[in-house]
Amino acid sequence: MATYLEFIQQNEERDGVRFSWNVWPSSRLEATRMVVPLACLLTPLKERPDLPPVQYEPVLCSRPTCKAILNPLCQVDYRAKLWACNFCFQRNQFPPAYTGISEVNQPAELMPQFSTIEYVIQRGAPSPLIFLYVVDTCLEEDDLQALKESLQMSLSLLPPDALVGLITFGRMVQVHELSCEGISKSYVFRGTKDLTAKQIQDMLGLTKPAMPMQQARPGQPQEHPFVSSRFLQPIHKIDMNLTDLLGELQRDPWPVTQGKRPLRSTGVALSIAVGLLEGTFPNTGARIMLFTGGPPTQGPGMVVGDELKVPIRSWHDIEKDNARFMKKATKHYEMLANRTATNGHCIDIYACALDQTGLLEMKCCANLTGGHMVMGDSFNTSLFKQTFQRIFTKDFNGDFRMAFGATLEVKTSRELKVAGAIGPCVSLNVKGPCVSENELGVGGTSQWKICGMDPTSTLGIYFEVVNQHNAPIPQGGRGAIQFVTQYQHSSTQRRIRVTTIARNWADAQSQLRHIEAAFDQEAAAVLMARLGVFRAESEEGPDVLRWLDRQLIRLCQKFGQYNKEDPTSFRLSDSFSLYPQFMFHLRRSPFLQVFNNSPDESSYYRHHFARQDLTQSLIMIQPILYSYSFHGPPEPVLLDSSSILADRILLMDTFFQIVIYLGETIAQWRKAGYQDMPEYENFKHLLQAPLDDAQEILQARFPMPRYINTEHGGSQARFLLSKVNPSQTHNNLYAWGQVRNCQVSRGGGQALFEKLVSKWISLALETEFTQVFCWGWGWGGNFEYCSWGGRGHWCGSPAVHSII
Amino acid sequence: MNVNQSAPPVPPFGQPQPVYPGYHQSGYGGQPGSTAPPTSYGAYNGPVPGYQQTPPPGVSRAPPSSEAPPASTAQAPCGQAAYGQFGQGDVQNGPSSTVQMQRFPGSQPFGSVPLAPVVSQPAVLQPFGPPPTSAQVTAQLAGMQISGAVAPALPPVGLGYGPPTSLASASGSFPNSALPPGSQMTGPPGPPPPMHSSQQPGYQLQQNGSFGPARGPQPNYGSPYPGASTFGSQPGPPQPLPPKRLDPDAIPSPQLNELPPQQKTRHRIDPDAIPSPIQVIEDDRNNRGSEPFVTGVRGQVPPLVTTNFLVKDQGNASPRYIRCTSYNIPCTSDMAKQAQVPLAAVIKPLARLPPEEASPYVVDHGESGPLRCNRCKAYMCPFMQFIEGGRRFQCCFCSCINDVPPQYFQHLDHTGKRVDAYDRPELSLGSYEFLATVDYCKNNKFPSPPAFIFMIDVSYNAIRSGLVRLLCEELKSLLDFLPREGGAEESAIRVGFVTYNKVLHFYNVKSSLAQPQMMVVSDVADMFVPLLDGFLVNVSESRAVITSLLDQIPEMFADTRETETVFAPVIQAGMEALKAAECAGKLFLFHTSLPIAEAPGKLKNRDDRKLINTDKEKTLFQPQTGAYQTLAKECVAQGCCVDLFLFPNQYVDVATLSVVPQLTGGSVYKYACFQVENDQERFLSDLRRDVQKVVGFDAVMRVRTSTGIRAVDFFGAFYMSNTTDVELAGLDGDKTVTVEFKHDDRLNEESGALLQCALLYTSCAGQRRLRIHNLALNCCTQLADLYRNCETDTLINYMAKFAYRGVLNSPVKTVRDTLITQCAQILACYRKNCASPSSAGQLILPECMKLLPVYLNCVLKSDVLQPGAEVTTDDRAYVRQLVTSMDVAETNVFFYPRLLPLTKSPIESATEPPAVRASEERLSNGDIYLLENGLNLFLWVGASVQQGVVQSLFSVSSFSQITSGLSVLPVLDNPLSKKVRGLIDSLRAQRSRYMKLIVVKQEDKLEMLFKHFLVEDKSLSGGASYVDFLCHMHKEIRQLLS
Repeated sequence: MATYLEFIQQNEERDGVRFSWNVWPSSRLEATRMVVPLACLLTPLKERPDLPPVQYEPVLCSRPTCKAILNPLCQVDYRAKLWACNFCFQRNQFPPAYTGISEVNQPAELMPQFSTIEYVIQRGAPSPLIFLYVVDTCLEEDDLQALKESLQMSLSLLPPDALVGLITFGRMVQVHELSCEGISKSYVFRGTKDLTAKQIQDMLGLTKPAMPMQQARPGQPQEHPFVSSRFLQPIHKIDMNLTDLLGELQRDPWPVTQGKRPLRSTGVALSIAVGLLEGTFPNTGARIMLFTGGPPTQGPGMVVGDELKVPIRSWHDIEKDNARFMKKATKHYEMLANRTATNGHCIDIYACALDQTGLLEMKCCANLTGGHMVMGDSFNTSLFKQTFQRIFTKDFNGDFRMAFGATLEVKTSRELKVAGAIGPCVSLNVKGPCVSENELGVGGTSQWKICGMDPTSTLGIYFEVVNQHNAPIPQGGRGAIQFVTQYQHSSTQRRIRVTTIARNWADAQSQLRHIEAAFDQEAAAVLMARLGVFRAESEEGPDVLRWLDRQLIRLCQKFGQYNKEDPTSFRLSDSFSLYPQFMFHLRRSPFLQVFNNSPDESSYYRHHFARQDLTQSLIMIQPILYSYSFHGPPEPVLLDSSSILADRILLMDTFFQIVIYLGETIAQWRKAGYQDMPEYENFKHLLQAPLDDAQEILQARFPMPRYINTEHGGSQARFLLSKVNPSQTHNNLYAWGQVRNCQVSRGGGQALFEKLVSKWISLALETEFTQVFCWGWGWGGNFEYCSWGGRGHWCGSPAVHSII
Repeated sequence: MNVNQSAPPVPPFGQPQPVYPGYHQSGYGGQPGSTAPPTSYGAYNGPVPGYQQTPPPGVSRAPPSSEAPPASTAQAPCGQAAYGQFGQGDVQNGPSSTVQMQRFPGSQPFGSVPLAPVVSQPAVLQPFGPPPTSAQVTAQLAGMQISGAVAPALPPVGLGYGPPTSLASASGSFPNSALPPGSQMTGPPGPPPPMHSSQQPGYQLQQNGSFGPARGPQPNYGSPYPGASTFGSQPGPPQPLPPKRLDPDAIPSPQLNELPPQQKTRHRIDPDAIPSPIQVIEDDRNNRGSEPFVTGVRGQVPPLVTTNFLVKDQGNASPRYIRCTSYNIPCTSDMAKQAQVPLAAVIKPLARLPPEEASPYVVDHGESGPLRCNRCKAYMCPFMQFIEGGRRFQCCFCSCINDVPPQYFQHLDHTGKRVDAYDRPELSLGSYEFLATVDYCKNNKFPSPPAFIFMIDVSYNAIRSGLVRLLCEELKSLLDFLPREGGAEESAIRVGFVTYNKVLHFYNVKSSLAQPQMMVVSDVADMFVPLLDGFLVNVSESRAVITSLLDQIPEMFADTRETETVFAPVIQAGMEALKAAECAGKLFLFHTSLPIAEAPGKLKNRDDRKLINTDKEKTLFQPQTGAYQTLAKECVAQGCCVDLFLFPNQYVDVATLSVVPQLTGGSVYKYACFQVENDQERFLSDLRRDVQKVVGFDAVMRVRTSTGIRAVDFFGAFYMSNTTDVELAGLDGDKTVTVEFKHDDRLNEESGALLQCALLYTSCAGQRRLRIHNLALNCCTQLADLYRNCETDTLINYMAKFAYRGVLNSPVKTVRDTLITQCAQILACYRKNCASPSSAGQLILPECMKLLPVYLNCVLKSDVLQPGAEVTTDDRAYVRQLVTSMDVAETNVFFYPRLLPLTKSPIESATEPPAVRASEERLSNGDIYLLENGLNLFLWVGASVQQGVVQSLFSVSSFSQITSGLSVLPVLDNPLSKKVRGLIDSLRAQRSRYMKLIVVKQEDKLEMLFKHFLVEDKSLSGGASYVDFLCHMHKEIRQLLS
C-alpha cells in the first residue's frame, strides 16, 4: 500500500496527475465492472519550480493524425537517429538539430524524470496581457468607494506593459476611452439592447471601413494597436489618467424609485466587453473582470425585474418553472461565454451583494472560459479585497499565476480513448482516433480550450478502455497517455507543457488485488463527485443522488467482502475504506444539495468544485474539523455533532468557510476574561492557536474563505452545525450513539461509516432494494437547518431533499 | 374704388419724388423740403446725366402726394411730362418738381395714385429746378418714348386714361358719383371707415381714390371713373390707353394711335398711373400714424402694418396680435362665397409690443382658475353679458347662461355693466393673461423650468468652415443672456450640450466636475440619453465647466475627418433628454450637411431640377420620409421646440430637415456656403436674437368664435392632432398663425362676430399661463361693407400661405391659377355688386384692395411659385417654410421689397427716405438705393453716382473701385456714411432676422440678383411685370363678368 501511496504522490508531484486507477483493467468489460471509471485529475500547469522550461520546440510524430510529442516512453534508435512514436508506432527521423544525440547525450524530453516538460515557443510576437474592467456603478456609496480603491490598487499590480480598459455600467453601459487628454470621453450604450459584435465594433469605431487603401501602406502593422488603443492602453501610459478616472466614478445617476431595483445592464456590458476584445485582440490572452453588485435587471441577460416586490428566483421557483428570465438570460450568457472562449479570453465574475446577483445565469461565463468567480457580501469586505489582490499574486519566478488561451490535447495509446473532461474548459471539437463515442463530461473531442488557468486549475479527464476482452494485452504492456497543453504564459511567451504518463495493464480476473490496491480513492471520490456535479447541472437532484448511491453500492458489491446474511461482516480494503465516507459527505454537500442554498450559491460552489485540485476538492466534499483542547495538540475530529464539546475549540474548514467555534465552557471562560490574566496564559494560547491556523489557511486560499469566529450558542454557529453529522440530535432507527465513541481521526473516521455502510450495503445486497439504502442516507437531509436561510433564500420544502 | 388707371402714367410715379418736395413747397408751402432738396439735387444731377435711361427709375413714395391733390388739376399733365423728363435725364427732375405741382391737382381728380407718386419725388428733385420745368418737360416728354405723345395730355402716359382732361371734370363728377356708391372708394365712403376717415377734406376727394391718399395712390381712380372705365385704356376718357392687352375694348382709343410706335410696344400703360404700394403706404402713414389706434370700437380697420402707430387696448386685441382680412364679415355663407374674400385672421399671440405699450396684464384667479363658459369653455372677456343683477352671465360665443361664482360676483351699474369692469383686465381689455392652475398642466404637475440644448455638428465641414469655433466662442458669452422673466435676476433656463457627426457626444457639465465629460452614443438607430444628472445645468453654477467645454470642443474635433452626419437621432436625443428631465425646452441645432449616415431619418440627395414645372414638382417640397413627422409629433408631445441653423455647401434637403422645426414651432435659419469672414455677423446676430428671445413652451392655442363662423383651417409652424387645437412645442414673438374661418350659420349684424384666441403656455420661468386675445368684428349684409373693410396685406398673407401649402399637394401651376382665379373673382364680385356701372373696359378696384393685383403678382413670382434658374430647391423649401409663419408685416415687405433711395433726401433728415417702387425704371444711375425684403439687403450703386458720394460711403475714389459684393460698409466719419449705416442698422433692427448687406454695382454681375427683387418688373424667370399682370387680371375679371 505504502508503495502505491508513494507512487501516487510522486506522480502527482511530478506530473500533476492523479488517476482513479493506477493499474488499468485491460479490457472494456472489466473496466466497466470497476464501477469507478478510469479517469484522472490533471493539473496542467502545476507549479514546478524544479522544472525550467526548455527553450526549443518539441519534436512531433510525423503522422498527421498523431503528432504526439517525443517523450521518454518512445523507443529511440540512436544510431539511425530514429524514434518510434509510442502512440501510433510511427517511426520518425530526428530533426537535424538532434544529430548529436546518443544514449549518453539525451535531450531532456527523453529522460524519464522529464515525463513532464515545458517548451517555450519563440515564434510570433509576444502580445501583452489585457485586463478589461467591467464595473457596476449601481452600488452603495461605500461599496463603490471600496471597489474603486481595489481597482486603483490593482493597477499597481499589473505589469507595466499590460493593456487595461474600463467599462462601467448601470442603466447605461459606458466604454471609457483612455487615451484622451482633457475631457474624459466614453462611449455609451443603451443597457437594454442586444448588439451584435459587428454593431458594437462599428459603434466603437473599431472598424475602419473607409481608407484602408491609403493607410495600409505606411502603417499596416501599426493599424491594429492604433485602432484599439483608444480603449485599451498600456498601463504605464495611462496610469494616472485611469486612476483619476476611477476616482471620479460616480454612482449610477439615474434615479431609483422606492420599491425598485436599480437598472443594471450587466448583460449588455459583458456583451460589449466581449465584442470589444473580439474585435481588437482575438486570440490574445485577456481577462474581462466583471464587478457587479447585484442582479442584472434589464436588457438581455436580465435575471430579475426591477420591482423589488418580486424576489429573485430561488430553487423553488426554478423547480416550479417559475423563473421567468432564467432561460433567456442563461442563453445570453452562454452565447457570450462561447464567443469569449472562441476568442481565447476569459471572464471573471466578482459579485458582491447581500442578495443574489445572477451567478446561476452567468456562471457559464466563468466556467467555460476558465475565469474566476468570487462571491461576497460587499466590496468593502476583506474577503473581496484580499481575494482580488490574490489574483495578482506572483509565482517563484515573479510571474503572474495565470495563463491564457490554453488548449489541452490528450493522446492515448490504442487501448484507450478519451471520453471527456470536466473542468473550466470548452470542447474544441477535434475528432480523432482517440476520441470515445461515449461521453463523460465534455466529450466528443480530444482537445479542449481553457482560456484562463492558474497553477491549480485542475481538470477531470475521463477515459474509456476500449481493448476487447478477447484481445489480451501482453504481460508488462503499458498504456500511455500524453497531455499537451499549449498556453500563453503570463510573461506573454507561448509555451507547451507535455506530460506523458504510462500505467500497467492488469487482467481484472487474475489480478484484481493488484488493481484494487492501486485504487486512488481520493481521486476517485473527486472524479465521481465531478461527474455527479456535472450531471446535477442538467439533471434533477434526486436522480443524481440515486445515481451516486447506485455507483457506491455497485462499488461495494464489487470490492467489499462480507458474509451473506451478516451485515456486520462487511469490510472494504484500506484503499477503499474512505470512499463511502466521501460519498456520504458529497451527498450532503452544497454541490448536490440545493436546499438551503440559493441558486447563486450552488453555482458558486460548483464552479469552484470543478476547478480546484484534489486536496481542495476533498476539503469541499468533506470539511475538515480540528479540535483544540488543553489535552494535547490540535487533532482532527469526526465531522459529527459528537465532536462539539464544551471544553474544546473547533476549527472547521469547508473551503468556503473557516469557522472557529468555542465550546460552551471555553466561551464562558473567555467571557470571564481569563485570557487576560497572566496566570491563564495557556488559555490565551489555546484561544490563539486556532486563530493562527485559520490565518494560515486564509493566507493561502483562493478565493478567500468566509471567516467566522463564533461560539456556543452564537448565531453564526449554524455554519458549523449545518455541516456536522447531527448524530446526537437524531435518534434513528439505528442507534447512532453506539458509534459515538469510535476512534475518531481522519484516517479512522471510516469506522463509523463503515459500520453504517456495511449495514446498509448488506441490507441492500440482500434485499436488492436500493431504495432502502437511500432512505437510510436520507436522514441526512438538512431540513432541520433550513430556517437559517444562509443568504436569505432557502427553499421551503424539505421533503424534496430527503429523497423519496 | 376703381383704379382703372392701371396703366399709363408710369412716369408720374417715377417722379413722384420730385413732386413731393414740390408739393410741400409749392403746394403746401411751408415744408422745409425746399432747403433740403438742393443738396440732394446736386447729387442727383451728377448721376442723372449718365443715367439717361429711358424710363425713369421708379421712385418710391410720395405720401404727401395724396394730399397734394388739392392742388390744381391742370398741372397734372405736366407732372407726367415731368416724369418723362425725369426718366430721361437729370434735368427733368428739376422740372418735374414744378410739374408736380401742377399735377397734383390733376391727379387728385383722377386717382390719388398718380399723384401720390408724384408727390414723393419732390424732395430730391425739387431743388433742381422747378423753373425749367415746363419747357423742359415738354421737350423731354417728347423725347420720352412713352410720354412723348402724352405730353400734352397727361393721361396718355400714365394709365392711358386721359385723366388730365377728364380730371377736371372728373374731379367734379367724382364726388358725386363716387361717393354715393361708396363702393368705389372703400376707404372713404364708409362712415365707419375708421381708417381713412381722417383726412381728406372732401369726401369727394376721397372717393376718387384721392381719398386714396390715405391708401393710396390710385391714380386714375378718379378720372376713370367718370369717363374712362378701363384699366388699361379707357377709351372714354380723352386719352385712351394704348394697351391692347389691358382691355381689348379700349384698343380703339385714339390716343393709341397717336402714340409713337415704340411706346406702344413698350408700355401701353403708364406705371405711374396704376396703384402704387408706395403711395398707399405713405398715405396711410400720414393719415393714421399720428394718433393712437383705439380698439374700443367693433370692426375698426387698423392702420397698415407699415404705419407706425400706438395702440390703446379698450376691449379688442391690438392689431399687433390679430389682424383680419376683413373687419366686416358677411352675415351669410352665400355672401361670403360670392365675394370669395377669404375670412382669415393672422394671429401672433406672443407678439412683441413697442415699449410704449404695456404687455398684457396677468390676472390671478387663485385656485379656482380663470372663469369660463360652462358650455363652450370660452374665457371671461369684455363681451360677456352680465345679467340678473350680476348673478349670471351670458356667454358671448355660445349664448349659454352661466352662474357667476360667489367670489366673482359684482353688482351691475345702470348700463348693465359690472361696476368693477375697469378694475378687471378680463372685463375691459382685449388682451390679458391668466395664471393657469395645476389643471392646465401636463400630468397635473406644475412644469419645471424649460431647458435649452445646443446640438452642434462637428463633422468635417463644420470644423473647416470655422463654424464650430465661432459658435463655441459665442456661446460662452451668449449664455448670460438667456431669456428671463420679468425682473428675474438670472434665467431659470438650464442648458445642455451635444455635439455630433455620425455619432452623438453628450457632455456632462455638472458643476462639481473639474472637467466636462464626454459621452459618445453611437447607437443612433435607437437613440437614448446617456446621462441625466449633469447634462442640463444652470449656467451660473456650471460656468467654469461649460467654459472649459466650449474651449475644448473646437480642439477635440480639429482633426476630424468624419464627413457624414446624422440628423433625426440628434433631435430624438434632445427630445429624450427633455423627457428624462421632465421639462419642455428648445433645441438649437447647428447642422451642415445632408444626413447620409446610416441612421433613422437618413436622406438621399433627390434634388432634381427636371421636376420643376411638372406634376412631380410638389415632391420637392414634401419630406422624403415620414420619419420626421413622427419624430415631430413626439417632440410636440414633450414640448420640445427645434430651431435649426443650417450651413449647407450643397443640397441638404431643407424640405425634409425643416419638418421638425416647422411642426414644433421652431425656426430655420440657412447660411449657404457659410464662411466665417462673410457670414459671421449675420449668423451671430440671428443666433443671439434667437437665443434671447422670449419663448412660450409647450403651448396649445385655441380659437373660439361666436356661433355662425368657425375656425376651419390653420397655417403656421405648429402641429395639430385634432381639428381645433393648435399645438406648439414652442412659440416666440415672431411666430404667427393664420386662421381661416368659414360660416356654419348666419351671423347677426347687430351682435357681430367675436373671436377669442386662447393660448396656454409655459413661460421662460416655467410658469403656466393663459393668454387671451379677443376681437370683435362687424357683420354685414351688404357686400360693399365687406370690401370697404378689407386689409390687403392680411389677405396676401393668407393667400401666400395658402398657396405655399398648396404646392405640397398640387402642381405649382395649379396653385398659381387658383390664386389668380380667386383674385379675379374677388375683384369681379366687387365690380359686379359694388361698383357703379361703368364700361366693361374699365378696371375698377376696391379702394382697400387696389394693391391686391400688384401684391398677388409678387406672390406669384416668388421663388416658390416661379423659381428662377438660380434658385435652388433648398431655397424654395426654405422660403416656403419661412413664409408659413410670417406675420403681415413680414409678408408685406417680403413680397414687395422696400427700395429706399439714399441720396435723394437731405442727409440731415432724420427720417427714412421715402421709398420708391420696386422697378428698374425707378432707379436713377446717379443714385444709391437700399433694398430690403426682410431677408436680404442690397445696396445698389448707380454707375454715375457722384464721386463725392462714393468717397464718403465706400472710401474709394471711384465707382469702379467699389468692391462688388461687399458686405460691410467702411465706418467713415461723414454724415452720409453715418446716415446710411444708421439706416441699415435701423432696417435690421426692424426685422426678425439679420439681413446681410450686399453691395451691388450697376451693370455688375451681381445686379441680376438684385433685379430679382424689383418685383414690378418682368422677372427673368417669366414672372409678369406689374403692368402686364394688371392687364391680365383685368382680362380675367372681364371674362368673369361677361
